[in-house]
Amino acid sequence: MSDTTFLLLGKRLALAALLALSAGWVHAADLKIGLAEDPDVLDPDQSRTFVGRIVYASLCDKLVDISPDLKIVPMLATSWDWSADGMTLTMKLRPGVTFHDGTPFDAEAVKYNIERSATLQESLRKAEVKSIASTEVVDPLTVKFTLKAPDATLLAQLADRAGMMISPTAAKAEGVDFGLNPVCSGPFKFVKRIQQDRIELEKYAGYYDAARIHFDHLTFLPIPDGTVRLANLRAGDLDMIERLAATDLASAKADANLTVASATSLGYQGITVNIANTDAAKNPLGQDARVRQALSLAIDRDAINQVVFNGAFAPGNQPFPPTSPWYDKDFPIEKRDVAKAKALLKEAGLDKVDVKLQVPNSPEQAQLAQVIQSMAAEAGINIQIVAKEFATMLKDQTAGDYQATQVGWSGRVDPDGNIYGFVVTGAGLNDGHYSNPDVDKALNEARTSTDVAKRKVSYDAAQKILLTDLPIIYLYHQVWIWAANKKVEGFVPYPDGMIRLQDVKFAN
Amino acid sequence: MLGFLVRRCLIAIPTILLISVFVFGLQKLLPGDPVLAMAGEDRDPATLSLLREKYHLNDPVPVQYLTWVGNAATGDLGISLRTRQPVLQLIGEKLPVTIQLAVMALFIALIIGIPTGVLSAYRKGTWVDWLSNVTALSGLSVPNFWLGIMLILLVSVRLGWLPASGFVALGDDPLKSLQTMIMPAFVLGSGLAATLMRHTRAAMLGVLKSDYVRTARAKGLGERTVLVKHALRNALVPIVTVTTLLFGELLGGAVLTEQIFTIPGFGKLVVDAVFNRDYAVVQGIVLCTAVGFIAMNILADAAYRILNPRMSDA
Repeated sequence: MSDTTFLLLGKRLALAALLALSAGWVHAADLKIGLAEDPDVLDPDQSRTFVGRIVYASLCDKLVDISPDLKIVPMLATSWDWSADGMTLTMKLRPGVTFHDGTPFDAEAVKYNIERSATLQESLRKAEVKSIASTEVVDPLTVKFTLKAPDATLLAQLADRAGMMISPTAAKAEGVDFGLNPVCSGPFKFVKRIQQDRIELEKYAGYYDAARIHFDHLTFLPIPDGTVRLANLRAGDLDMIERLAATDLASAKADANLTVASATSLGYQGITVNIANTDAAKNPLGQDARVRQALSLAIDRDAINQVVFNGAFAPGNQPFPPTSPWYDKDFPIEKRDVAKAKALLKEAGLDKVDVKLQVPNSPEQAQLAQVIQSMAAEAGINIQIVAKEFATMLKDQTAGDYQATQVGWSGRVDPDGNIYGFVVTGAGLNDGHYSNPDVDKALNEARTSTDVAKRKVSYDAAQKILLTDLPIIYLYHQVWIWAANKKVEGFVPYPDGMIRLQDVKFAN
Repeated sequence: MLGFLVRRCLIAIPTILLISVFVFGLQKLLPGDPVLAMAGEDRDPATLSLLREKYHLNDPVPVQYLTWVGNAATGDLGISLRTRQPVLQLIGEKLPVTIQLAVMALFIALIIGIPTGVLSAYRKGTWVDWLSNVTALSGLSVPNFWLGIMLILLVSVRLGWLPASGFVALGDDPLKSLQTMIMPAFVLGSGLAATLMRHTRAAMLGVLKSDYVRTARAKGLGERTVLVKHALRNALVPIVTVTTLLFGELLGGAVLTEQIFTIPGFGKLVVDAVFNRDYAVVQGIVLCTAVGFIAMNILADAAYRILNPRMSDA
């Protein structure tokens, strides 16, 4: 063999190897998603993290789902009916569905799941299903929920973790440790998890909607550092990342290899004021609504968005973002008005007000607080920023050891989840102990009706009072930003921040 | 030697007990309610009281401590409040990862630190010495997290030579594992290399001035033999001490390095556990680290005796 032939052969072999390698990349259809945190236990009844729900979106199907415009749409339940008095909900179930272990999905399975959510000692879903008095198997594909009282929020609960169906066979066998080896009925089944490193799933061949799933393997990699997460995407080690930092948006958009998608979240960020929780509330901000109005007027929400979040987020003044159908358009975001703020303080008999504002000790929230501080100072409100580690801040907040706290809420599909718990007298998340009978009445009415128009009237009535009393000064709504390699096609952003992989695929 | 090891191990027991008291006490001093950190955004009161009950948080602190120590003594470190995995299993999964990182980092530190230290002592006052010192000083001054991100941006994003993260276990694919670990190990090792270089240089300078080195040279031994066999061996005792102490620094540095390169090791585990108030995990890790540190010190003392037989009588 001459040297030239040898060289040629070598070249050919190398070329063949290269081709084989690249062909492997195209056909493996292995999607890698970078998460901002490591999820907690993978048991829908026991988990509590937002990031865990992103994994569930591929692992565990729910009775119902939401559409991008927040309507409830069929998933494991194909249709449903409310009784006229709103006391029973009857659901027709999808035929031919099986869990990943082969157990058939039927009305018995639904009954088992709802009862597990309500009775498992470790369940964190108890409050979400507490309106259900009993679950009845009408026939294998029909299930009927009888309620204790009308509950308009139930469908939305069933569109989230409370509605995720797990295999009764696996759940009975594993008990409280189900989350170490979850078995559901979603498009992907659980393969393995290495804590803080990866969660691996593979396509479930028996999925009822398998034609719309285009990946064989799915790997979630928690990478908390935003810069590193983006660097991994750029280096090609990830195909997609969630929660791109607003500060990285411009550079991601400028990268020709990446695509960016976004959706305004369901949640909000604001300032919760201590109105009546212990003596700490006895200060002008807690006692006089005019001082709170002055603070709200002193804040330029657009400027905050531009300065702190590079213009990527959505300014807001209500518990629902302006894009939500529940937003009250009669009360748009007010323009900053320092003169009016000063006049309000004067009316309250004050020249200057001192306020202690506690904020989580993250760089972004600290910057937000500093911007608010300088804006408020111009109106005569002197803010002292107290940065605290989040768990500590939360404890002081529930204990009433604070004047005002910069805190937010991740948001719920049903409007009730964004407002009721925070402002109704004695409700669980009402850390400021705000109480107004008219608000309570309106929000309780909104809870019981399944008529959307009627509910909107109730929410608007409550909103009108809340925007005067201002127990919570709403500031902005986070925007979920996803970035992906440009070969990823078909991704639809949802306001709940989840990644639904139906119809998502690699470009050929 | 055996008697020495037994004696040292017995002395270690009260130390470990004392550490366990500190670990437990410090945890209790952490502000914030663990149950609030655990219960999720909804903070359902029923859930809160359930969790308090379940993890014995209503018991007096001394009772909680004794329960924990009693269980720990039988090898039961409890379960993670966050993921329900047994703490011992978690440590078993994470420890090899961090040990791999630490060993690789230490290896890098040693192969850079000791030769440059020797060289710069040997060529004291020349440009070699000067260059080594400047490099060492920068190695010490550059923070881990900055160097890590810069390397990712350069080596992974710009050049595409190494994966930016994505840990592969040594047992699964040794080559890939080394590939993913080389950058973090370099980041972690670079600071240590600098410290080692400085200490080696100082120790060598002292030894090179001694009579027996002059005698060795006078005997006509080659410079290589003089340096490695006579000088370096005697300079090694302080270097071993420093290396042992560096082990602690290594574990501390691993916390940051693992965060940046998302390596599922000890450091990442402990950081997540602290933020989630996952008490059982924090306690388990700190205890294991303390035991490891003490073990390292005992081994170092044993190493002195091997390097310098005169110390055996002490």
